[in-house]
Amino acid sequence: MLDVRGITKRFGGLVAVSSVDLSVSEGEIVSLIGPNGAGKTTLFAIIAGFLTPDEGEVTLNSSSINGLKPHKICQRGMVRTFQITQPFAGLTTLENIMVGAYANTTDYDIARSDAERVAEMVGMSSQLDKSADGLTVAGRKRLELARALATNPKLLLLDEVMAGLNPTEIDEVVQIIKNIRDSGVTIFLIEHVMKAVINLSDRTYVLNDGTLIAQGTPHSVASDPIVIEAYLGHGAAETMKDRAQK
Amino acid sequence: MSRNGAVMLLVSAVVLLLAPYFIESKFYLDVLTLIFFTAYIGQSWNILGGYAGQFSFGGVMFFGTGAYASTILLTTFGVPPIIGIFAAIFAGAGLGFIVGYMSFRSGLRGSYFALITLAFAELLRVLANSVEFTGGGVGLFLTYAPGLHNLQFDTPVGFYYFSLLLLAISILIALWLERSRFGAQLAAIRENQDAAEALGIDTLRCKIYAIMIMGGMGGAAGTFYAQKYLYLDPPIAYSISLSVEMLLVTIVGGMGTVFGPLIGAFVLHIVNEITRHFLDTPGLSLIVYGVILVLIISYLPNGLMGLFKSRSKASDDAGLGPDETGGASKDA
Repeated sequence: MLDVRGITKRFGGLVAVSSVDLSVSEGEIVSLIGPNGAGKTTLFAIIAGFLTPDEGEVTLNSSSINGLKPHKICQRGMVRTFQITQPFAGLTTLENIMVGAYANTTDYDIARSDAERVAEMVGMSSQLDKSADGLTVAGRKRLELARALATNPKLLLLDEVMAGLNPTEIDEVVQIIKNIRDSGVTIFLIEHVMKAVINLSDRTYVLNDGTLIAQGTPHSVASDPIVIEAYLGHGAAETMKDRAQK
Repeated sequence: MSRNGAVMLLVSAVVLLLAPYFIESKFYLDVLTLIFFTAYIGQSWNILGGYAGQFSFGGVMFFGTGAYASTILLTTFGVPPIIGIFAAIFAGAGLGFIVGYMSFRSGLRGSYFALITLAFAELLRVLANSVEFTGGGVGLFLTYAPGLHNLQFDTPVGFYYFSLLLLAISILIALWLERSRFGAQLAAIRENQDAAEALGIDTLRCKIYAIMIMGGMGGAAGTFYAQKYLYLDPPIAYSISLSVEMLLVTIVGGMGTVFGPLIGAFVLHIVNEITRHFLDTPGLSLIVYGVILVLIISYLPNGLMGLFKSRSKASDDAGLGPDETGGASKDA
């Protein structure tokens, strides 16, 4: 469904993303993990059309989307959420979600009922009339998810929708994401919460310093020495193995 | 809109329609006409500034261009203003397209966009001063010939209804924005352009449409003014003070609201009349305007309309959980 080939992005002298290849097939939940500053969000921004890559190509449903504006990409069925939530602060929750729902209709009543349905799916039905700037972090994260979902995407890019949530809230969001997948939406997510990554993903990619260093099932990736070293520093995998033997 | 709102709107429409039969004084009718005109042109600013969040300091450029369009058609080609007003709308919208395309395409936002519109208005003023067909600095004189085809009337009642019609159209446009996809898209752009873009909104196109609506409305206002005052020169057509007035009434009344510009226009004209009647110092009304603007921005950032809305907002805040403040700062 989504194919990323040889994507490279430089900011001046800094290579943020370096010849990354990855793919997401229909019906999957694929995750992208990596330490802070690895280039995950940059890669997402490139895929969703917010940044143009210096090299490489992104194809969605076997047609290239390089150079397309974000709104065009959204119209083709791929939509992203933002790591730093970007609510329409002056609008209510319902109005926020309706903006997403208007992607598929011009009719107020249809947009409204679509938005209400999506709100129920993400558990925001009781907060519809609340102003978006009055939502908690958990509420804002859900709102990001709801707005994106309301555009009726085929592929949803979720950028750390669980960051800053408590364990109960994380469990709820994990369940919501599973429900979204079961409704026929493919999901590609960036996440730091390993419990959720392991729980959710069919496959995981690991990005470090702009390069993919590992891929596979979440369990195999989590025990990969290269991945452990990327997170904990050089020699960490050895040390952990030694300790386990003692 | 709620049923109560619809009833109130209908009642006020009937009252305003019948008002000339009860108001004997030509002076008061004229004041009302001016209020409606200011509210109308404020609403044109409100479409782009209030709903779409793109502040312009040069809104007068559409007014002036529309005024010149219909007036030149009349004085040079003998086209009656009742047709000319459509040319004025077309000219205003066309200018809106040009200015919008050029500035939004290059990504101008906020104060940069505001300043570029000011520059455009000034440019047009200088241009109107130096070319032949606008009459240059001498200006254009229109002949007084009352009649509907000329959009001129021998009593203030005629202009009263003309301005009321313009006002009604502007309010219908704003009401449509409140309940349409286009209105929701403009609000999304105002609140967060990146998020709007991510959700499939063609932000460039929407902003250009908004400035074209503003331009068309401003163009019609130009024809109204020219036919009422029968004289046009560059300082009138492209006066900075009208640019300021249209944003002033909207900010005072409430940006992004249907009735904000009307309320703002009422308040400012009443203040203007009061200061003129009771105080002899010329220019004092401007100082009072200034003070009102400062007070409104400091205490009522949502304008006078905010007074009506603040109650429901307050009940919102009361329902917040205790973890709210910590959570919000963490996210930012």
